[in-house]
This record gives sequence, C-alpha cells and structure tokens, in this order.
Amino acid sequence: MSKILIRGAKVLGGEAQDVLIDGSVIEAVGPGLSDEGAEVVDAEGKVLLPGLVDLHTHLREPGREDSETVLTGTRAAASGGYTAVFAMANTFPVADTAGVVEQVYRLGQEHGYCDVQPIGAVTVGLEGRKLAELGAMYESAAGVTVFSDDGKCVDDAVIMRRALEYVKAFGGVVAQHAQEPRLTEGAEMNEGVVSAELGLGGWPAVAEESIIARDVLLAEHVGSRVHICHLSTAGSVEIVRWAKSRGIDVTAEVTPHHLLLTDELVRTYNPVYKVNPPLRTERDVLALREALADGTIDIVATDHAPHPHEDKDCEWAAAAMGMVGLETALSVVQETMVDTGLLTWAGVAERMSVKPAEIGRAKGHGRPVSAGEPANLTLVDTAYRGSVDPAGFASRSRNTPYEGRELPGRVTHTWLRGKATLVDGKLT
Amino acid sequence: MQRHLISAADLTRDDAVLILDTAEEMARVADRPIKKLPTLRGRTVVNLFFEDSTRTRISFEAAEKRLSADVINFTAKGSSVSKGESLKDTAQTLEAMGVDAVVIRHGASGAPYRLANSGWIDAAVINAGDGTHQHPTQALLDAFTMRRRLIGRDAGIGQDLDGKRITLVGDILHSRVARSNVDLLHTLGAEVTLVAPPTLVPVGVESWPCEVSYDLDSTLSKSDAVMLLRVQRERMNAAFFPTEREYSRRYGLDGDRMAKMPEHAIVMHPGPMVRGMEITAEVADSERCTAIEQVANGVSIRMAVLYLLLGGNEPAVSHARTNEEK
Repeated sequence: MSKILIRGAKVLGGEAQDVLIDGSVIEAVGPGLSDEGAEVVDAEGKVLLPGLVDLHTHLREPGREDSETVLTGTRAAASGGYTAVFAMANTFPVADTAGVVEQVYRLGQEHGYCDVQPIGAVTVGLEGRKLAELGAMYESAAGVTVFSDDGKCVDDAVIMRRALEYVKAFGGVVAQHAQEPRLTEGAEMNEGVVSAELGLGGWPAVAEESIIARDVLLAEHVGSRVHICHLSTAGSVEIVRWAKSRGIDVTAEVTPHHLLLTDELVRTYNPVYKVNPPLRTERDVLALREALADGTIDIVATDHAPHPHEDKDCEWAAAAMGMVGLETALSVVQETMVDTGLLTWAGVAERMSVKPAEIGRAKGHGRPVSAGEPANLTLVDTAYRGSVDPAGFASRSRNTPYEGRELPGRVTHTWLRGKATLVDGKLT
Repeated sequence: MQRHLISAADLTRDDAVLILDTAEEMARVADRPIKKLPTLRGRTVVNLFFEDSTRTRISFEAAEKRLSADVINFTAKGSSVSKGESLKDTAQTLEAMGVDAVVIRHGASGAPYRLANSGWIDAAVINAGDGTHQHPTQALLDAFTMRRRLIGRDAGIGQDLDGKRITLVGDILHSRVARSNVDLLHTLGAEVTLVAPPTLVPVGVESWPCEVSYDLDSTLSKSDAVMLLRVQRERMNAAFFPTEREYSRRYGLDGDRMAKMPEHAIVMHPGPMVRGMEITAEVADSERCTAIEQVANGVSIRMAVLYLLLGGNEPAVSHARTNEEK
C-alpha cells in the first residue's frame, strides 16, 4: 500500500485537515480527503509538522560505536520526529576527508531511518592549525556544506577568517563552537555563584561571548555567513542581536537543555548534568527562550552527545561532557516554548525544520506541508504528558538529564519520504 | 547529625557545637597515659586517599586508632586506581571487605558527595578534602582552636563563636579550607572577612556569607583571628600575582603586621606553611601562632566526628572511665 491518509491532523497546529501521501510525496492537503486505497492514520487532536531537522548531532560512528552508531542514532532521530540530522565531525577518525564523510553519509542512506548529512571538520584532526580539504568534502557524494570543529573552537583568528572566506566558493557555512580555550582551561561548569560554592572550575560566559563577537565581525569583514553552535548565554544573545541588526549573515542555535536546565542542578555533582557549553543561570535560560521566540536565535539543535554509562557513573571531574537529546528535544521545546505561550507550533516548525534545513542546505527537508512536497512529516500527540524513561530510548546511550522528569508531547509517527519510520511510537 | 560528613555547610549550629564539645572530651583522653577508647572496637574504617596528604591521613589514622577501630589505609598510588579502576569499583571493592566508614580524600570536587549519594556503597562517608570544594574536619578543628583560645577550654563548652571576627588571607579561589571555614564560622555566628588579591577570589563570592577585602592592613586591627592559607608558588606562573615577593609584601603576615592585631588575637595556619611567602618565620614561631595546636586539635575533632557518625548512642568517654576504675 503506497497511499497513507493522515486524518484530521492540525497542520502546524492550525485547523484540522487531512494529508494524503502517495509514495514519497504529499499528494493533497485539505479537509475531507478520500481514504480510498489508503492506509488511514487517525491524527485527530495531533499536530503535524514537517520532519524535524537537527543541525547538530553526534552519531559517534566511526570510532565510538560503544556509545552510538549511525543506525542507533538515526533510530533515535526517527523516534524523536527527525527526518534529517547533521552528523558532527569529531569521530575517530575525524571527518576531515571525503572518505570519512562519504562513509557516514552512505551508512545513513543504507539504514533508511533518517537522512544523515555529514558535517566536515574545518581543520585537519580538529587541531585548529591547517584547513581540511573542505572542497573535496563538498564535492564528495556526501555534498558537505556545513563545516565545524565542534567540541573544539576554531580559536585562531586567521584560520577562522580563511575558513569563512574559503567556503563561500561553494555556499558553505562554518558552524563555530564558541569557546575561548585559554579562558576555559580546567573549566567544568558555568562560572558563577554555584561554581564558587562547589569548587568546580569555572567556564565563564565571556569565553563564549568574546569568540562570537570576534566571529560575527570576521563574517562581516569578509562577507561570509557564520553559524553559532549551542549559544548559551544572555550576553551571546545580545551580540547576535546586534550583529543581525547590522546585517551580518549570522545564524545561531540553542539546545533544548539550555532552554530548560540551569547550573543549580550541578549541586548534585551528578555528571548527567555535565555538558559543554555548561548549563547556565535562570537569567540566561529566560534570555535564550526570548531570543528563540523573537528569531534572534534561529533554530533549536540537539547537540545529541551519547556517552557510555561508565563515562557518567563516576565523579564529576572524570565524566564526559554531553547529553543525549534527539528523543526528548520536541518535548522540551513544547514545555519551554509552546506551553509557555512563547511560540506557536508553526514557530516550532520554522525553528526545528525549515530554518535548520535552510542553513544546512538539506534538500527536500523543511518544506511546507503541501501538495507536491516530499512527505517528510512528524505527527505529535501534544496532549500527552509522561515521565522520561531512558530504558525506552532507541539511542545506544542513556545519558539524559531528564530521567524521571515529566514532559509534555510525544512523537507518534515519523515519515521519511513517505516511508513510515515511526508508527504509534514504535520504530519500524 | 547526618550519616555522612561531606560539607561544613551541612552542619547546623547545634551539630557543630556538639562536635566541638565532644572533641573537648576526646582531648582529655589525649592527656591520659593510655590514649585509647574502646568505642569503635570491631568497626572498620578505610582511609581512601586519592591525593597525597600525609598530615591529614595520619591525623585520621591516629583518631581511628584511639577509638580502637580497625584501620585500612588505601592510597591510589600503585593501586588498581592507577591502572584505571573507577572510584565506584574501588569503593565497592573496599566495602565488600566489610567497611563501616570511608574517609575519602580526592582531587575532584564532589567525589565524596558522589560516593555518599550515588547508591554505590552503604558505608558512612567522611570528606577529608575534595578538590577545591570542602574540608569540613579542617574547619571544625579550626573552630575548635578558636573557641579554646578566644573563649576558653571550659568556658567554651556549649558555646559558639558569636561575634568573633575571623580573617582568612590567601588563595581563596583554590581553597577548600576557605570554603569550609566560611560555611562553618558563619553557622557558628562569627563574622568572616576574606582577604586576597582579586585574582584569587572566586567569581560568585558575593553569595558567600562573608566580607571580601583586598587590603590586609585595614582588617588586622579588627580581627580576633587571622588565618593564613597556603599560596602555591606556581600560581604566579598563571598570572594570579606577579611575583612571590610582591605577594609577600602585600598579603604576607610579618612581625610588623602582627603587631597591628589586637593583643588577644591569634594567628592560624592549616599547614603546610610556606615560610617567607604567606608567613614569616617570626610569626610562625610566635606564641600567637596556633599551627601546631591545630594539628593536635585535629585528632580530637576527627575522633569526635568518627564517634558521632559511627559510635551510636553509647557515651564516648564513659567506657574509658570504667576501664580506669578497674
């Protein structure tokens, strides 16, 4: 059966409509469509969104298959409503050659749960010294257009400038992990009242803000676009807002965890809250929400960072940084942005699908839910509330900060070019 | 009292006074020819030291032995830890051997908290210093020393440090001693002032219950006790201060500065002292310096903590009296 009728879904949170999928394409959208010859999915009361796109995912393959693989990571993505993810370059070996990005790209295609668009490293081995062969990665089968040394900052101003300039030749973008390395030596958590008490090394906001300020000015100077990864402070918001007001071509992302959690949680010394950039203060959280609502921050990206249990079941200093996020992202965004009245579902679609696809040039993703478009779709039961149970994750890792926390919303169906990858909350 | 001692901030005023009073009882034992109580006979305490600290370990060991506990010393060097074994596995291995309490010293802030709160082990956990976080028994022995010197050995029983003006000088940023002392002294009613170059004061200090000054000279005449914290010479390589000499000139305690302190005021140092840096030999060796007393008091305090955490309801010292009568 190649036809699917999604009955009575609130498209982008609007009026209930039927959506008919034929093969890989949306055939029609409207009220009262015929279900003849179609499998019917009852979507009454649910919200239908374009398939989510994550510009910032760590799939760990090759090299750390103990924490995630392209297969388990894309299953987690489908489970969270994603139809495309951008895989970060900090694998072993690093994705700094055409060979590695093609491998990751092909694995995604073979598994078929979610499109995997590799991100290429900016510099060889993420070492910040020598540009990787950015053009070769662009020309490879993977067609890389997003480049990032994420996990590390491209801190050398000249290398950053050259990278920004160089990728203009093929419409690329550099996604910067903004972290001034000298200011963050020994950094373990946000520097402030809580770090002072806990005696943990401080990660000052200025270490992020100073790099963002430098990079938006560099982007302006050379006429390039720049993307800021996981923006985490109120000060960073101000700088990006200023840059946009000057017409600088900058985009920025925020993670779900920075929209919800604060550094107060570090008082438990539980490394499940250890992440880079670190959890910040309530003031930062509120500024990030407001910036996401008003468009200063363009998108939500998960920074899904799987780690094996032993890397979190230890003392804070010894623990790895990062949190899984693909399977909880939409729920956290509903909790922090929709249920608070800051964002409509159409706004969520814009920030979790349309814009990330646009920034990353992900073809066929982030498209309108209308006839003739690729059937990349996500159906959400927004009335659902339940507590997060990591045992049910499709991801190979369980390092979620939300275990036991009650969150709203549940993705029930995901379609990748008309093929269901998730049905009634179960992976196909 | 809680089951563990992780942070000085966890102690109420009454908890702290009880520990100080119990330590006075313990101190009397030290004055006897046989310095031993049967209180923890049959109980096993492990000193789990991931960081070199001979002084603190010996102090705990002396306290444990005076209470008749069986003592196991574990140092990370040359152990399975240096081969990559985790804190969790190490602790569980030791507990499997039947340990009632773990005294832990660890370079990572929060390691004792994790040990006590992660469900890894059931034993009582006593923090013997973690990273730049806390060192609660140090703060207790400091408070004990202050109470004895500033109020009196007998007069101090049942008393806190209400209104006493305590100044801590030195590397506040990297100091677990400073953090523990600020918490405990505040709980005991003292007024605390921290003195350091601004580089050695943590961002976020404004939420601490104390004053901060960058000028040592202006605080000396208003201090009942001046506690000097060790300043590591290598800090100057990270630009915390220009040179050892400049630090010493601006923040070191010498005879001239000591003369500005009230007559009754004492000079304290948790050790090890860097003579010529934060303290001159003249001050370190003076009658007013309590560094050696602090070491002696450390054993009494640690006996009191071990007794109160592990000893249950039996009175601490009555056994000993009975033994003496025999």
